Amino acid sequence: MDPVEMLLRTLAVFFTMAIFSFLWKDNMIYKFAEHLVVGISMGYWCVILYQTSFLSKMWGPLTRTLAGHPEGMPDRLVFVPIALGLLLFTRFFPKISWLARIPMAFILGVGSGVAIPLGIQASVIQQIHPTMAAFQPATWTGVGSWFNAILVLMGVVCGLAYFFFSAKHTGILGGMSKIGIWVLMIGFGASFGYTVMSRISLLYGRVNYLVFEWAGPLVRGLF
Amino acid sequence: MQRLLPRIITFVCGMFLAIQYFIPHKSSEKVYETSIDWLIIVGVFAIVLGILSLVTVNLEKIRRKSAGYRHAWVLLAGLVFMVVAGIVTGTGQDGLFLRLGYNAILNPITATMFALLAFYIASAAYRAFRARSVLATILLLSAIIVMLGRVPAGEVIPGIPWLTDWLINVPNMAAKRAITIGLGLGGSATALKIVLGIEAPHLR
Amino acid sequence: MARFNILELDRRFIFLMIFLSVLTPLFLPAPKTVKVSPEVKKVYDRIEALPAGCIVMLACEYDPSMSAEMSPVNMVVLRQCFRKNLRVLTTCLMSNGVSLVESEINLVAAEYDKKNGVDYVYLGYKPYPAAIILAMGEDFRLAFPSDFYNTRLDDIPMMKGVKNYQDVSLVLAITSTSGIDYWITYGQGRYRFPLAAAASAVMAPNYYNYLDSGQLFGLIGGLRGAAEYEQLAKKPAAATKGMLVQSVSHLLIVGLIVLGNVSFFVARRRRRGQE
Repeated sequence: MDPVEMLLRTLAVFFTMAIFSFLWKDNMIYKFAEHLVVGISMGYWCVILYQTSFLSKMWGPLTRTLAGHPEGMPDRLVFVPIALGLLLFTRFFPKISWLARIPMAFILGVGSGVAIPLGIQASVIQQIHPTMAAFQPATWTGVGSWFNAILVLMGVVCGLAYFFFSAKHTGILGGMSKIGIWVLMIGFGASFGYTVMSRISLLYGRVNYLVFEWAGPLVRGLF
Repeated sequence: MQRLLPRIITFVCGMFLAIQYFIPHKSSEKVYETSIDWLIIVGVFAIVLGILSLVTVNLEKIRRKSAGYRHAWVLLAGLVFMVVAGIVTGTGQDGLFLRLGYNAILNPITATMFALLAFYIASAAYRAFRARSVLATILLLSAIIVMLGRVPAGEVIPGIPWLTDWLINVPNMAAKRAITIGLGLGGSATALKIVLGIEAPHLR
Repeated sequence: MARFNILELDRRFIFLMIFLSVLTPLFLPAPKTVKVSPEVKKVYDRIEALPAGCIVMLACEYDPSMSAEMSPVNMVVLRQCFRKNLRVLTTCLMSNGVSLVESEINLVAAEYDKKNGVDYVYLGYKPYPAAIILAMGEDFRLAFPSDFYNTRLDDIPMMKGVKNYQDVSLVLAITSTSGIDYWITYGQGRYRFPLAAAASAVMAPNYYNYLDSGQLFGLIGGLRGAAEYEQLAKKPAAATKGMLVQSVSHLLIVGLIVLGNVSFFVARRRRRGQE
């Protein structure tokens, strides 16, 4: 293997160990690596943002328009979002800092406006439809699937009852919310099981790197 | 003016885009496209603002020599290194930017930070995962069944694969659907409150 | 002499056991078979049924922190697409993952002698996934006027006549975060295209309700899902090998939980007996 590549992998192993050292206790090397990665990550973001977003979404349309050959309306109007974006920096100047609220208002307005119908559509309406499978014989494949459909309907209704805080959880609502929290606990238990699986996968990734991508080639190179 | 103008902008943009979903006319589509385009561009400035804030906070830490100011040097050095390496050597596969900054530093550190959680989740499971109550027992049993049922070793235990599939596809699915519907209603209600100006986080 | 209390076991001893449970199986042979779940098979079958030349969009949203789980999925799906001569359109809407995803697509493309711009296009990164997903629904050029290498989309042969999601056969969101929610709500919700998800195991159980409602046509959950996919593609690789690690570690953690509970109840009964 190329010695420079081996050296870089050894550096990667050093940083891997620096983070693993936290398992023993918090220490200087861990803190060094922790802060370094924040800086590296931010620097990486700056460069990628410049290369992928600034050049194509701003610089390109801006220079084309200033040179007198814009490509359609988005190019001609590019001054507007750039001006809005620049207004964000007025927060560094107390006297005019309120102007930064204008682009924020735009971001919130557009974001919220788009989210209202789509949120209702995707997370509520399209979710309620299959919940009613208990009343849709065409979706049943047997007694078992009908029974499961009833359980799903009960689970969803009771789960929602648990989240309904506008009334006291007593009587029927109390009973429903109790079943609801049982169903939610099964869901959280499943999530915990999957989380263990995920974390072990990540550790496997790291150990695999140490053994087969660093130690293996290193030993082969030395002997 | 300082509070009214932002409220009007939020209201007009929000209302238009909410209604536009139901009016797929060519001219309304154009306005929609332009709004999304502008949102992306303004968003880039917001990120730059965030990065600038991080730099100023850390420079201030160094200037005042406050607690952990040496770490602020490390952070800024990392940031400057990546920007300079990106400009000088480019983002190609052979440059310092990628080989040293990305592959040898960013990659192992972030990957190991997440891998650490494997140790803590195991330790926490041993110390705190107790069947103290009915709810805790349901949680524990569900977790154990899923942990066994999703690995080849557990699949040979009779009944476990079936039980895992049932658990994931029936009660787990019902629980997640209840959460999804709750979040959908709550999220849309919050968005509507922002559009109507009842909630205005940007004016605080 | 103080009596040994198993409940006060040093956590570093548990850490060591976990480390060994991951290390040791690496030197043992990988399991030969993994039970394939229907939600994974649906993704495989749908891609397998596409005729050559169709475009598959892979929306990769993961970074090195989750690559051990997500990269095996990306690699095995890319191999399937290139083997079938499908064209691949890739994005990475997670800033730290841009170079990782780029190296993966270039690596697999080189294996199959595929050319950038003709057989695959890497659009790269843009911030704000929700806005980008919405913009791509109108026109890929609105979100990405040029690809990752700054070539205008209009100048890329593969992108000729490709305007938006209606021109791709399916979208597979390979996502380690809740980014799948954006794809479901803003992408599939508004533009109604066939969408499948490859989620990290942490996120996977949260998407079975979308699978049931048809908003997702398939779901690949974590390394386990990737191992199932490798089995279907008859290309056992990192994920399949990882299944033995998963087995040993899961058995150890289940054992620890049982041991913790048994010790806890024994100690409690002893305490109550003394009172």
